[in-house]
Amino acid sequence: MIPASFEYVRAESLDEALALLVEHGDEVKLLAGGHSLLPLMKLRLATPSVLVDIGRIDELKYVRDEGDVVAIGALTTHHDLARNALLSRHVPVLAHVAGQVGDPQVRHRGTIGGSIAHGDAASDLPAVVLALGGTYVVAGPKGRREIPASEFHLGFLETALEPDEALTEIRVGKWGEGGWGFEKLTKRAQDWAIVGVVAVRREVPDGAGAGAVAAGSGIGVALVNMASVPVRAASTETALADGASIADAAALADADCDPAADVNASVEYRRHLARVLVRRALEQASR
Amino acid sequence: MSILGNRVLRREDPKFLTVGGTYVGDLPLEGALHVTFVRSTAAHARIESVDVEGARSAPGVVAVYTDADIDAGPVAPMGFLNQAMKRSFLADGVVRYVGEPVIAIVAESREAGADAAELVVIEYEPLPVVVDPEAAVSSETMIFEGADTNVPFELQFPEDPALFDDCEVVVRQRIVNQRVAPCPLEARAAAAEMVEGRLRFFASTQGAHGVKETLVAQLGLAPEDVHVISPDVGGGFGAKGSVYTEELVVGWCARALGRPVRWSETRSDSMVGLGHGRGQVQNVTIGGTRAGQITAYRLNVLQDSGAYADIGAVLPFMTRQMAPGVYAIPKVECSTRSILTNTVPTVAYRGAGRPEATAALERVVDCFAAEIGLDPAQVRRRNLIQADAFPYTTAVGTKYDSGDYLRAFELALENAGYDDLRAEQARRREAGSSDRSVKQIGIGISSYVEITAPIAGGEFGAVEVRPDGKVIVRTGTSPHGQGHATAWSMIVADAMGVALEDIEVIHGDTDIVPRGGGTGGSRSLQLGGTAVNQAAGEVVDRARELAADLLEADPADIVLDKAGGRFHVAGTPSISRSWRELGAASIERDGVPLQAEADFEYPGATFPFGTHVSVVEVDIETGQVRLLRHISVDDAGKIMNPLLAEGQVHGGIAQGVAQALLEEFRYDAGGNPLTANLADYSFISAVELPSFETAFTETPTPLNTLGVKGIGEAGTIGSTPAVHNAVCDALAHLGVRHVDMPATPERVWEAIQSAGGSPTESDTETATGATGPGPGA
Repeated sequence: MIPASFEYVRAESLDEALALLVEHGDEVKLLAGGHSLLPLMKLRLATPSVLVDIGRIDELKYVRDEGDVVAIGALTTHHDLARNALLSRHVPVLAHVAGQVGDPQVRHRGTIGGSIAHGDAASDLPAVVLALGGTYVVAGPKGRREIPASEFHLGFLETALEPDEALTEIRVGKWGEGGWGFEKLTKRAQDWAIVGVVAVRREVPDGAGAGAVAAGSGIGVALVNMASVPVRAASTETALADGASIADAAALADADCDPAADVNASVEYRRHLARVLVRRALEQASR
Repeated sequence: MSILGNRVLRREDPKFLTVGGTYVGDLPLEGALHVTFVRSTAAHARIESVDVEGARSAPGVVAVYTDADIDAGPVAPMGFLNQAMKRSFLADGVVRYVGEPVIAIVAESREAGADAAELVVIEYEPLPVVVDPEAAVSSETMIFEGADTNVPFELQFPEDPALFDDCEVVVRQRIVNQRVAPCPLEARAAAAEMVEGRLRFFASTQGAHGVKETLVAQLGLAPEDVHVISPDVGGGFGAKGSVYTEELVVGWCARALGRPVRWSETRSDSMVGLGHGRGQVQNVTIGGTRAGQITAYRLNVLQDSGAYADIGAVLPFMTRQMAPGVYAIPKVECSTRSILTNTVPTVAYRGAGRPEATAALERVVDCFAAEIGLDPAQVRRRNLIQADAFPYTTAVGTKYDSGDYLRAFELALENAGYDDLRAEQARRREAGSSDRSVKQIGIGISSYVEITAPIAGGEFGAVEVRPDGKVIVRTGTSPHGQGHATAWSMIVADAMGVALEDIEVIHGDTDIVPRGGGTGGSRSLQLGGTAVNQAAGEVVDRARELAADLLEADPADIVLDKAGGRFHVAGTPSISRSWRELGAASIERDGVPLQAEADFEYPGATFPFGTHVSVVEVDIETGQVRLLRHISVDDAGKIMNPLLAEGQVHGGIAQGVAQALLEEFRYDAGGNPLTANLADYSFISAVELPSFETAFTETPTPLNTLGVKGIGEAGTIGSTPAVHNAVCDALAHLGVRHVDMPATPERVWEAIQSAGGSPTESDTETATGATGPGPGA
């Protein structure tokens, strides 16, 4: 509970933060809200020698209307997302789930970018962006690139970010018509999900491009804590696209993932929960 | 009009709500060194080698100690425990649980100590690990090689093979009362310094005098050379009633180094350092008539003591005392055995032995009711000890002082709207028969009686009127959240007619308060409050004598006008003497302060009781349980201050609900803790709890002048089985007979799965088959 000593640097701008990443290489970690990183450091499971505090870079705190897409700055807190009128109107599922993360203290400090870049499959927000078919914008010395959410999380606490890159923006398509559902089972309100489910149903205009949801169906279902990364319930999505009932499609919810057992749930229980919660989330999304 | 019985706001709170308390960790100790403990990562192992050279030469490190460096200890267990199970200050060559302190590093800062701890290299030669208490009974692995047994304590009585012979129905159930972590918000902390040759020791404790006694005994010091101070304490729940070896090391280091030394543990350390609570496996048998009369009861307790023979090993004594609970059961047997395992030692935890008794009995009363097809309320009503039976001596020999169990019981059912709840349950079951997404409700009842001030010992109280009119109260109790400053002030205000704001309550300093039993076992008000009341009465008598002298009247003619805080001759209120005048006159005239000290002699234990009703909603598809309502009726004799009493009940219920639904300290088979932080250990939060519906009945005890019993633990004792029964009740129509605590979503789901909709293997016998071998413990 007492971290190893480290050097603390506060970056005043994104450019400065990126320069510090290049300067310190593998030894550096970015500090945003600190709700994932600091506990790891206190337990000495993470021992970066330099901590670059990006928490005061205001240029990365925003929710912007960019036509078909809503762009979210990586340092926007969960609390600000939950209360954001633009987001509530155009991507209500994301605003809702942000309001369900942890507890009020966590939501006031924790950031969407931090949650996504940390890469914990038990986090809710990565699954939302995945279900929505969103993308992540990252910046580094070679410039800026955009990574589809489905390609961002590679393994437990492992992402497509290069050591000298920072996640700067989350981009999700505007809602339009449709419905959504979010279900998470926790022992306590503040806990990470034992299993969580995000289901979105969007009326997709013909020829919709980037930002459209799952394979032609307009329905996206993503699972929290059912694998080492956030995953889509692809079999469920396909079944629905083929006209299956919600109940039948939900029965396939765990077909494409390989969940682990832990102190809260056996593999069998997790799979069962995924099926039940997917059904419920889909029912919500169809209302 | 008396102030007693009123909702007086806590006098403690303005400080806590504004500037905050002053805890051990806040004390400014110039130049203090910090102790860091290196803890065992092995559950059971011989220490092959220890390399502390790296730590010793690390920056900021002043000293590094192993047990061999410490010229004190080992500590013998309490007298009636197995004396071969001694505990060294630091591990003595064998580690017996993960978290056991092995090395003490003394450094200039906490951070330097933590860094140096990383440099210690300990080689362990693994020994067989015993985690499961039932397996430990037959294990050949000895946790203390010299002891030839893993049993530190047992109360074994011969079993009557015919105990259940005349029963029409006999029901058996194995019940696990799981191990929990007490989790006070302030983790353990201690500080020590040498002042003019004396050891001044700051403790986060439930009793400064107990700490002093232990330091005197274990460090080999004269009593006058030890001064213990307990500043504000952020919760204890029984677990800070024990003195830990880490605290002894802190005291030893301050003497050895001649410098102030302090220690504040981290939460990670606290989860495996502070003792754990509960930890019983119970084999329970209940028998009676098909009409619902309980006639025989047998409780066999296996207590998990953890790796050392601490107070947890003794607690089954109180489980046995309270085994028959609130019922008039003619035949009761209870045997107990405590067993060592390679886990954190168990200690007292809110209720300490009594909640386990209530949990066993109340659960099997429900099983019994289910077996004979009667409403569990009806079975309780039929068997409760009647109000005219007190004082009542139970079949195990415990003498209950006073009670009206039926009154509390009926009030709880009425407040709950019991019949309406049953009707709602029937509706949900009907709707759920075709739709599993309909959430089911369960209604659980728990009627309890518990023992407060269970350990013989009186209490000290003193009251002094200073020349400026201020009243100083000294008490041997040791509040750490209970509100004694408020309650003791009320007692003094009532007895003496002084304003609350003129009263100061002092506790937790062994130089100022000569003796004290501290706070635990819900003893404080009935013993400490009564002592203060007694002292206040004596001060009034002395003041009356003094006033009589000053007013040149007979003391018998002097009256105390409590409204004005003045003494005058009866009928002549215009000529009077105030408390301030009398306080000053005592010094001026007699050269002594106007004061009295009292030692309230232990009058015996008291027995609070009550009934809790809990309503839960269960999601049959996921197993998730939500507490909808919790209704309590508690009777702790006269209620001094309903606000304080409700506060105790609220906290108690919260902890009880937590044990029933969420909390369990778990180990893997290798003795590695699986729930050693507050993310994995499901410490309950306000979000999981509804507003509690509390009420009191008041049946005074004859054992003290205030008529009061303890209320500190009753909430936990009453609530846990009510919630537990409610969960089982919600699942009963699915064929589930029993689910062990905590009723986590996974465990509830599994129970539903394995019941498969039809009755589970009911370990029930009818009259003819009831005489088989009893459940073994």
